Amino acid sequence: MALMAPEIMADPAIAAEVAHQVNPWVALAYLVAGVFFILALRGLSSPSTSRQGNRFGMVGMAIAVFTTMLLKAPVPEGAFLPEPTADDLATLVQILIAIALGGGIGFVIARRIQMTAMPQLVAAFHSLVGLAAVLVAMAAFLNPGAFDILGLDGNILTVSRIEMALGAAIGAITFSGSVIAFAKLNGNMSGAPIMLPARHVINLGTLILIIALTAIFAASEAAGPGENPLFWVIVALAFAIGFLLIIPIGGADMPVVVSMLNSYSGWAAAAMGFTLHNTAMIITGALVGASGAILSYIMCRAMNRSFISVIAGGFGADAGGGDAGAAKTDRPWKRGSAEDAAFLMKEAETVIIIPGYGMAVAQAQHVLREMADQLKEHGVNVKYAIHPVAGRMPGHMNVLLAEANVPYDEVFELEDINSEFAQADVAFIIGANDVVNPAAKTDKSSPIYGMPVFDVDKAKQVFFIKRSMGGVGYAGVDNDVFYMDQTMMLLSDAKKMVEEINKALAD
Amino acid sequence: MDFIAILSIFVMACFVGYYVVWSVTPALHTPLMAVTNAISSVIIVGALVAAAASESPAARWLGLAGIVLASVNIFGGFAVTERMLAMYKKKERK
Repeated sequence: MALMAPEIMADPAIAAEVAHQVNPWVALAYLVAGVFFILALRGLSSPSTSRQGNRFGMVGMAIAVFTTMLLKAPVPEGAFLPEPTADDLATLVQILIAIALGGGIGFVIARRIQMTAMPQLVAAFHSLVGLAAVLVAMAAFLNPGAFDILGLDGNILTVSRIEMALGAAIGAITFSGSVIAFAKLNGNMSGAPIMLPARHVINLGTLILIIALTAIFAASEAAGPGENPLFWVIVALAFAIGFLLIIPIGGADMPVVVSMLNSYSGWAAAAMGFTLHNTAMIITGALVGASGAILSYIMCRAMNRSFISVIAGGFGADAGGGDAGAAKTDRPWKRGSAEDAAFLMKEAETVIIIPGYGMAVAQAQHVLREMADQLKEHGVNVKYAIHPVAGRMPGHMNVLLAEANVPYDEVFELEDINSEFAQADVAFIIGANDVVNPAAKTDKSSPIYGMPVFDVDKAKQVFFIKRSMGGVGYAGVDNDVFYMDQTMMLLSDAKKMVEEINKALAD
Repeated sequence: MDFIAILSIFVMACFVGYYVVWSVTPALHTPLMAVTNAISSVIIVGALVAAAASESPAARWLGLAGIVLASVNIFGGFAVTERMLAMYKKKERK
């Protein structure tokens, strides 16, 4: 720096350029890492290429991490083997311990976690990405020199101040929002929406305040490392808003929330990528941000709800009480037994199974697959039909069925199988409710009107596993399928009922 | 690199992300979320930079903490994705 001509130091634009001089090989390595991340997602277009894709992701990550470590390693100009000082070695050891510690924890969790708990796990992981982004932004704020974002006038570059404030804010929202989502999914907190009075005013006001403070922070004269306390205010407000945004959202809207937080974690990474001028982070952030946004969109479409209405929260406030449905349950319905179900399904040509969150709760996926196996021995054609919002996160049911060794080519999406119900002999509903409710097609006053549903009412015979007639689905609406002539209600715990059917089939 | 160059990469990557993610089969949406979790932990790069710099002890500790968190995600995310993907099998044709 001392060698630099004074006129260069005076010009902030040139100073910014100088601050961001990057070794082209390093930039190239990060770009390659970014491309590997694109390939990782690309692999997921089919189960047969997906594992290769995951490996690409690991390679990309390894490239990014090793490049950074080499970059920061104390290699003297032209020397092949560096001669690190004791301090450098201590730092390296600390970093390796940190990686080993985190990696060990992550690895053990990944091994032990039950597949039904996947939504919680993903929410927990999101919170970590968010918190990591906040920590990096704080570190960049306190020590901008290390990130090459210190202008020659001793101030943090203005654009970097905007980026770090936004990155920290998005990261903080991701963190506290994900913690709440985790608590709701894991049952540490009731899934019921918690409604604060005037929450829309509070939330909107806080968001506007964060943006305004970011602008003030960027324009402020106090711009030295760690100098402006506004940064901490922004972070604190962002933590609060993440918490406030998620508490009014009910349990069954969690697929949207988890996807949305996934998106936020991506934008947080992208914002920090801007701060570090790191292409790997920017590409990844954009990919993850897009991924979460698209998943949120798919989930909203599958519920025929607008994104705004989900975020506004409060849906399903009367779920669990069952008052809405209880009024009508004096209508006649038929109760079936496991033996009835076994007998009728054995004789059937085609059985379509519709799993829902109840199956996950009862851990019934394994016995369900055994039932399908037995039916197949009797020459029955068994298929599974999965609604996009079945379960608590996108693709939740698919993973559970895969865990139970159900081949993925027997599992179909809504639009691919819905026309087949008219020819199906049996529709077997296990732990699902709203996704088979015909009111979504006919009753304009219903809260789920317009949501795409399975046409189970067209099947010749319907079996509906449900714990009792009292409760209604998450949306709190009664379901006409219960009272159809061809419906038999199998009232029991899902796992127990399927086990009994299996016994009856074996006899 | 100047801001516009970086912004260009970002905008292009958003488009790539859009098309790549739409091509992901819905059956793999859960693994998609797990693997996006893992790759967004590339934020570890920032934590490494902070942890390696000696000027500010506070920033170093923040960096080290960031490394721990991001590592949980990287190893956990890739491992759990691998575990899930290994379960997706085709029908055995006899």
